Amino acid sequence: METKNFKRVMVWELPVRFFHWVNVLSIIILTLTGFLIANPPALQSSAEATNLHSFGIVRFIHFSAAYIFFFNMILRIYWSFVGNKYASWKAFWPFSKKMWNNFWHVLKIDIMLLNEDHPDVKKISIGHNSVASLSYLVLFLMALIQVFTGFALYTDTSGWWLPKLFGWVSPLLGGDFMVRTIHHITMWIFIFFSLVHIYLVFYHDWLEGRGEVSSMFGGYKFVREDRIKKDNTDENKN
Amino acid sequence: MSTNNENRKTYYESIINQGYSRRDFMKFSTYMAAFMGLESSMVGQIAQSLENTPRLPVIWEHYQECTCCSESFIRSNHPIVADIILDRISLDYSLTLMAASGHQAEAAKAETMKKYHGEYILCVEGSIPLGDDGNYCCIAGKSAKETFLEAAAGAKAIIAWGSCASNGCVQAAKPNPTEATPIHKIVKNKPIIRVPGCPPIGEVMAGVIMHVVAFGRLPKLDRLGRPKAFYGKRVHDTCYRRPYYDAGLFAETFDDDNSKKGYCLYKLGCKGPMTYNACASMKWNNGVSFPIQSGHGCIGCSEEEFWDNGPFYERTTKVPGFAVESNADTVGKVTAGVLAGGLALHAIAANISKRKELMDRINRGKSNEKNIDS
Repeated sequence: METKNFKRVMVWELPVRFFHWVNVLSIIILTLTGFLIANPPALQSSAEATNLHSFGIVRFIHFSAAYIFFFNMILRIYWSFVGNKYASWKAFWPFSKKMWNNFWHVLKIDIMLLNEDHPDVKKISIGHNSVASLSYLVLFLMALIQVFTGFALYTDTSGWWLPKLFGWVSPLLGGDFMVRTIHHITMWIFIFFSLVHIYLVFYHDWLEGRGEVSSMFGGYKFVREDRIKKDNTDENKN
Repeated sequence: MSTNNENRKTYYESIINQGYSRRDFMKFSTYMAAFMGLESSMVGQIAQSLENTPRLPVIWEHYQECTCCSESFIRSNHPIVADIILDRISLDYSLTLMAASGHQAEAAKAETMKKYHGEYILCVEGSIPLGDDGNYCCIAGKSAKETFLEAAAGAKAIIAWGSCASNGCVQAAKPNPTEATPIHKIVKNKPIIRVPGCPPIGEVMAGVIMHVVAFGRLPKLDRLGRPKAFYGKRVHDTCYRRPYYDAGLFAETFDDDNSKKGYCLYKLGCKGPMTYNACASMKWNNGVSFPIQSGHGCIGCSEEEFWDNGPFYERTTKVPGFAVESNADTVGKVTAGVLAGGLALHAIAANISKRKELMDRINRGKSNEKNIDS
C-alpha cells in the first residue's frame, strides 16, 4: 500500500506559540477569577477583616492576569508585522478573494461535512484556514472590548497613566453598570470560542493527521511533499 | 424669597441681617470649604468672596420630579444654607419655596430673566417630557420644554439637580411613556453641571452653589459633567465596609449573622461598586448615616438608568433583550450546553461522513506499521 510523504514545516514560530499559551493561561485565570468576582463564594471564616485579604487577592490576580493578557496581545500585534506569513496580519485580513474562496471551501468540507470527489490537497490550509482566522479576528475584537471595558472599570482605583487612558469609556457607555454588563457578557463569548476552538483543533488533527494539536507545542505541521519545491526546501509553498 | 431685586446685598450682609454672628459666618465658610474638598487656606477666600459678591440671582425650575432634591437641600448641614442661600436671598423663583404664587410668581421670574439676562443661574429639578408636544408637564399654561428653553436662553450656567434632570430617573425608565428627557439632551450651548442622585446630598448641592458663588466659575467637572469633588469616587471605594469586601466577607441575606456583623453587602446587590457619589464620605442627614451604614445596599441612584439596570437586591448581569429573570450567566450556561451538544453531534457526523477517508488513512498507517524495518 502506497502512503503519502510529508515534510515537517515550521508554521507557528516561537513567539506565536508563546503568545498562544500565555493567552490560554491568562484567559483561564481571568475567567475563573472573573466568576469569583462576579459572584464570590460564601467564606466560612471567623477571622477579622483585618487579617483576611482573600477577595483582594482574587482581584489582584485578576488585574495582574489582565495586564499579562494585554501586553501579550501587544506582543502578538508586533509579531504580526515581523513574523512569518502564517503569523502576519495579512492572514487575518478578511477582504481578499482567496480568503473567501477558502472560507466557502472550509464551510462545505469541515462544517457541513461534505465530501469532494477529487480532493485537491492545495485547498488544505497550512496555517489558519479562513474560518479560523475570521474567528480569531472576532476574538481579537472581543479582546479589545475586554481591554477597554476592563481598564475602564479599573481606572478609578489606579494611579498609573495606562489604565487612565481608558477613563473615557465609562462615560461614553453611560456608566459602570453598562461597562460591567458588557465585560461580563463578552467573557462568555471567550468561553464559547474556546469550546469550538478546542473541538475544531481535535477535529482537524483527527481527520487530516498533520499534527494540528502538536503544532502549537513544537510549531511544526506536516505538509505533503508534493506541495514543497524540490530545489528550495527552505521556502514553503502553499 | 427675595422680593426686592433692586437692592442686591452681598451674601455676608444678608447673613448678618438674618441675625447670624460673624463666627457663624466663618463656620459656614469653613464647612463649605470642607465640603468642596478645599484646603483650609481657601476658607479665607470663600469668606472674602461672600463678603464682596452681590448675591447671584437664581431661578429654580421644577418639572417632572418629586421635590426630593429641594427637600435634601433644605436639610443640608449648616442652617445658613437653608436660611440664606435658598430661602431668603438667592431664590428668585422656585415653585415650592416662594411665597408668591400665580401671576405674581411668573412676573417675578420674567423680571429676573430680563434684568439679569446672562447672569442668573438656572437650577433645574426634574426631567422634561418631550412626548405629545410636552403636554405631560405644564406650568402656568406653558409646557416644561417651552419654559425651560426660555429660562435657559439667558442663564449663565445651568445646574441639573438630581437624577431626573441629569439622567431622567424613574420616569425615564423603560418604556418611558412621556419621553422624559434629561436637560443636557435639550440644551447644548450652556455650561451644565449635573448633580445626579435621588436626591443628591444636600451638602453636595450647597457645595456646588457655593463654588459658583465663591469663585465665579463652575467647579471642575468630569466627563459626564459632574463635579469632580463629589463624584470622583465610587461609593464602594470610600465605603467603611470596604475592608470586608477585600477580606471576602459578605452578607448572604439581610437577616443572617454576617449581615448583623456588618459585612459587605456586595452579594445582596449593593450597587456601590458601580456608583459615583459622595454618600460614603459625606453621609446624609448631617452626617448621621448613609444607606450602607444602615444595612441596605446602595441602589445606584446617581447612575444613569439605574431603574433599568437589573434588580436592586441581586448581583446579576442583565442581558438586554431577555426576560427579567434571566441573567447573563443563565443565558451563558444554556448557550454553552447547546454548543457542546452541537459539537458532539458534529463529531459523530464527521466520523460518519468522512469514514472512507479515515479508514484509508488508518489502513495506510497500519500497513506502514507492519513494514517498519528497524
